[in-house]
Amino acid sequence: MKLKHLTAGLAALAVAAPLAATTAQAYELTIPSLVYRTGPYAPGGIPFANGYADYFKLLEQRDGGINGATINFVECETAYNTQQGVECYENTKNQGESGALVYQPLSTGITYQLIPKASVDEIPMFTMGYGRTSAANGKVFPWIFNFPGTYWDAASGMVNYAAAIEGGEDQLKGKTIALVYHNSAYGKEPIRTLEELSSKHGFKLELLPVDHPGQEQKATWLQIRRMQPDWVLMWGWGVMNQVAVKEASSIRFPMDRFIGNWWAGSEHDVTPAGEGANGYLSATFHAPGADFPLHQEILEKVYDADMGAGDRDRVGEVLYNRGLVAAVWTVEAIRKAMEIKGSNEIVGKDVREGLEALNVTEERLGELGLPNFTYPVEISCAVHSDPGTVLIQQWDAAAGTWRVVASGIEPDRSVIMPLIEEDSAAYAAENNITPRDCN
Amino acid sequence: MEFLIETILSGLMAGVMYSLVALGFVLIFKASGIFNFAQGVMCLFAALTFAGIMEKTGLPWPIAFVMTIGVMVFVAWAVERFVLRHLVNQEPIILFMVTIGLAYVLEGVGDILWGSDVKVLDIGLPSGASDYMLDNFNIYVEKLEVFAALIAAVLVGFLAIFFQKTRIGRALRAVADDHQAALSVGISLQTIWVIVWSVAGFVALVAGTLWGAKSGVQFSLSLIALKALPVLILGGFTSIPGAIVGGLIIGVGEKLAEIYVGPFVGGAIENWFAYMLALAFLLVRPQGLFGERIIERV
Repeated sequence: MKLKHLTAGLAALAVAAPLAATTAQAYELTIPSLVYRTGPYAPGGIPFANGYADYFKLLEQRDGGINGATINFVECETAYNTQQGVECYENTKNQGESGALVYQPLSTGITYQLIPKASVDEIPMFTMGYGRTSAANGKVFPWIFNFPGTYWDAASGMVNYAAAIEGGEDQLKGKTIALVYHNSAYGKEPIRTLEELSSKHGFKLELLPVDHPGQEQKATWLQIRRMQPDWVLMWGWGVMNQVAVKEASSIRFPMDRFIGNWWAGSEHDVTPAGEGANGYLSATFHAPGADFPLHQEILEKVYDADMGAGDRDRVGEVLYNRGLVAAVWTVEAIRKAMEIKGSNEIVGKDVREGLEALNVTEERLGELGLPNFTYPVEISCAVHSDPGTVLIQQWDAAAGTWRVVASGIEPDRSVIMPLIEEDSAAYAAENNITPRDCN
Repeated sequence: MEFLIETILSGLMAGVMYSLVALGFVLIFKASGIFNFAQGVMCLFAALTFAGIMEKTGLPWPIAFVMTIGVMVFVAWAVERFVLRHLVNQEPIILFMVTIGLAYVLEGVGDILWGSDVKVLDIGLPSGASDYMLDNFNIYVEKLEVFAALIAAVLVGFLAIFFQKTRIGRALRAVADDHQAALSVGISLQTIWVIVWSVAGFVALVAGTLWGAKSGVQFSLSLIALKALPVLILGGFTSIPGAIVGGLIIGVGEKLAEIYVGPFVGGAIENWFAYMLALAFLLVRPQGLFGERIIERV
């Protein structure tokens, strides 16, 4: 009898054990990370990818994942090549239990290719401060999010900074602002806004395109030397930035009148120019440096455990921090999605809901270990880019650090919003999209 | 007028920088008939190795420079031993394809060895505008480019003597004319190829160092080969003086075009204008300004 019971018990255990194991196994969240650690743009891609990866590693180490779900972090190398980026998307979108939850393509070219795919596959894209500006209109682009600011916010913020230094917007009248830009879709993004601002404020806008990769810019800077603009704005990337900063320094252009956008303001953009880069300005939307509790936690729990994605002494670089804040906002959207669904078993379309309900306050940033690091963001159905507020940082060559010299610069939304409406309406018409009703 | 002089001077200086890259192409083509697609990547690899050795070992630059020459000689030996030796007398297109593969290999090895980050090449090269020219004549001339012009002059002198006056130089030219014929008179093809690839590696190191000092050593350095192509088309693939004169013409032509024509057509024309200029020359002189005219009797 005892043997019979024992046999029955063992049989029951044999059946139940795998079931119990299945029930206990945590849900897995697939987070793809499209990176470029190789190729000519790798110096910019590496720190961003490291910041993004380190935050997810911290969550794995500290919390075992997100709200009880484990993380399946999948890196895919794009080499900043649009075709490879699309291949990465196709290879990762169905991976794991959840499928890809959200994409950060990290390239305007890849973004443009993925915009139509994302809506079909129901996976949101978070193109943080890059990509198609008019995607800020959530009524036309429900799957694309480009907070905390667009290129048009950056352009307007940079002009407003120039106005503040000149003594007010009215002082821009008669001044000359030159735009040195990468001759690509990315580089051309701010032109429309700057033309509008030029008409509004009465400054002369000079456009100076630089062909890829921008290794040789002598003709551009000779023209700047001749026209003597009051301000130079730059939309550059990769080697173009380093050469431009060096050329500006060589022709003795005042560096505190030279502002790069937020992709032209990292450490490697200025170090080749040495002392000559001192005073160079760039727009940004978060603080530089590693003096934040979150960074210390990453150093202790990730780098001390020898699990960091990059070099320890590069934690806190500008583009590292950008990758980090991208990861923080992504995870907050995932948490919000879980909260809305009441379960951690979410998929891409749930994360879209989470992104549209995202509200990361200063208080929450403090809880996350990033007090006074960036601006609070509040996203909604219609508004996918908020707040657009710009910081200006300046390079101190002697100290080898960036420091924030102006904050809280609001973009001129009276100029930008009509442009976003116009451009997104044109996109909707071209693609037979009926804008959503967000009321 | 001042501005025109400044533009022409800047064009000449930029042209010298292009010529330095073009020289490497010419050397290998002249001595082996191979259009070395990997020459741009060789510039990158050499500069990366140079900067990487200094960064990782802290050695002074002259020692790192000599060590890098050693690495480039090793690369030359490896290319001959593992690639070219097996392709003697093959069609030029096959050898060209091989150099495409070589470019990817060198780029990958460079990435693995030294990483993809920008490396600052601080070896005391002059930088910034010449104060003398700026203060006295209000003309902007970059000191690094003047230095590059001097280096180019020395290199050309050295190479001209090497090719014309030395036994090895004559052997190099014989190999370029006909592999089989050179072999039949006792010239060691293997040795010649190692020598010529080593010299091209040295030229790549000089070009990579000067370009790297300008923008930091980074992977986009390999793209400077694109600047050398119109120089080669214009100057001729087999002429060292042609590489220099071609560089100067392209440099001045593209700067004048960008500044005086560019504003009327939206700008950023210098890259394609250089190719257009080279193509225009091709129509008149298909062998380039100084290239050898090939006459084949049938």
